[in-house]
Amino acid sequence: MTGVLPIASEDATKAIQALLLSGKEYVCVMRLHHTQPRDRVEAVLGEFQGTIFQRPPVRSSVKRRLRERTIYYLNLLEMKERNVLFKVGCQSGTYIRKLCFDVGEVLGCGAHMQELRRTRAGPFVEDEGLTTLYDLLYYASRRQETGNEEIIREVFQPMEKALELLPKIYVRDSAVSAICHGAYAAAPGVLSVETGIEKKDGVVIFTQKGEAVAFARALASSEQILSMGHGFVAETVRVLMDRDIYPRMWKSGNT
Amino acid sequence: MQRTKAPWEIKRELLTKAKEKTSAQYGCKPEERPTADYVRLGIINLDKTAGPSSHEVTAWAKRILGLAHAGHGGTLEASL
Repeated sequence: MTGVLPIASEDATKAIQALLLSGKEYVCVMRLHHTQPRDRVEAVLGEFQGTIFQRPPVRSSVKRRLRERTIYYLNLLEMKERNVLFKVGCQSGTYIRKLCFDVGEVLGCGAHMQELRRTRAGPFVEDEGLTTLYDLLYYASRRQETGNEEIIREVFQPMEKALELLPKIYVRDSAVSAICHGAYAAAPGVLSVETGIEKKDGVVIFTQKGEAVAFARALASSEQILSMGHGFVAETVRVLMDRDIYPRMWKSGNT
Repeated sequence: MQRTKAPWEIKRELLTKAKEKTSAQYGCKPEERPTADYVRLGIINLDKTAGPSSHEVTAWAKRILGLAHAGHGGTLEASL
């Protein structure tokens, strides 16, 4: 199986968790065990859009209990004899091998996954900065030959890229350090907020310069946050930024 | 049944609550980080080939680039 596999280095590994909330997209060749009319295959694939139940396959790396997963879209692209090419957008943790098997069951003819390529992992797509292992080798050896460290920047994107699809709350410079030390984000520190946030949603707190500060859980909706004069708007779940990049502006209780 | 939008299909707008200028003294845009920080806080959008497992590919990338740690976002099963 090939395709988009985002790899995070060192301190970016925390940010890559966001991809678990950001969905995946695949193109897949499914092989039917008997020929089927195209419109029937198309109809059955359509039925799998929405919420499905899946038990992870025997060879999997998670506990094998029945799980609910959302299929955002499932479109037939091409069909030739018993081979069916389709594109699927799905929640992270959906097993496509299992999906193919289940489609085969519903069709009654049986089916299996023949080939799979991941075309998207959250905000990471195939046609934007996709790098091969050969590219890594090339840039690493160029770095060594020239002694120019900067060459290696080519293969990386800032960790903030991984957070692109999560709703964001932007805060004042003066609020950053406190949040880096684990404080909740408070209403007076908020400068702007993205639409679509509901209470308890996962959000990311950002600086105005576009640096990720922390993962947080919203304590109010986008509209409420906008009108709040005081109180907490989000509870900090995981800090992403190094402490003390921004100055401490809060008063310490034990001086 | 109404289709659930994929995360990349959701459009968000920015609602402004207050305005303030950010100080140039602290922090910097992610793209402008010094190389050591840029690498330490960087992600590679890697095209995995068939054959090796996601874990193997991650270990190779780590070794090639001389990183202290590396982690991947979602296993892509090797090849059967």
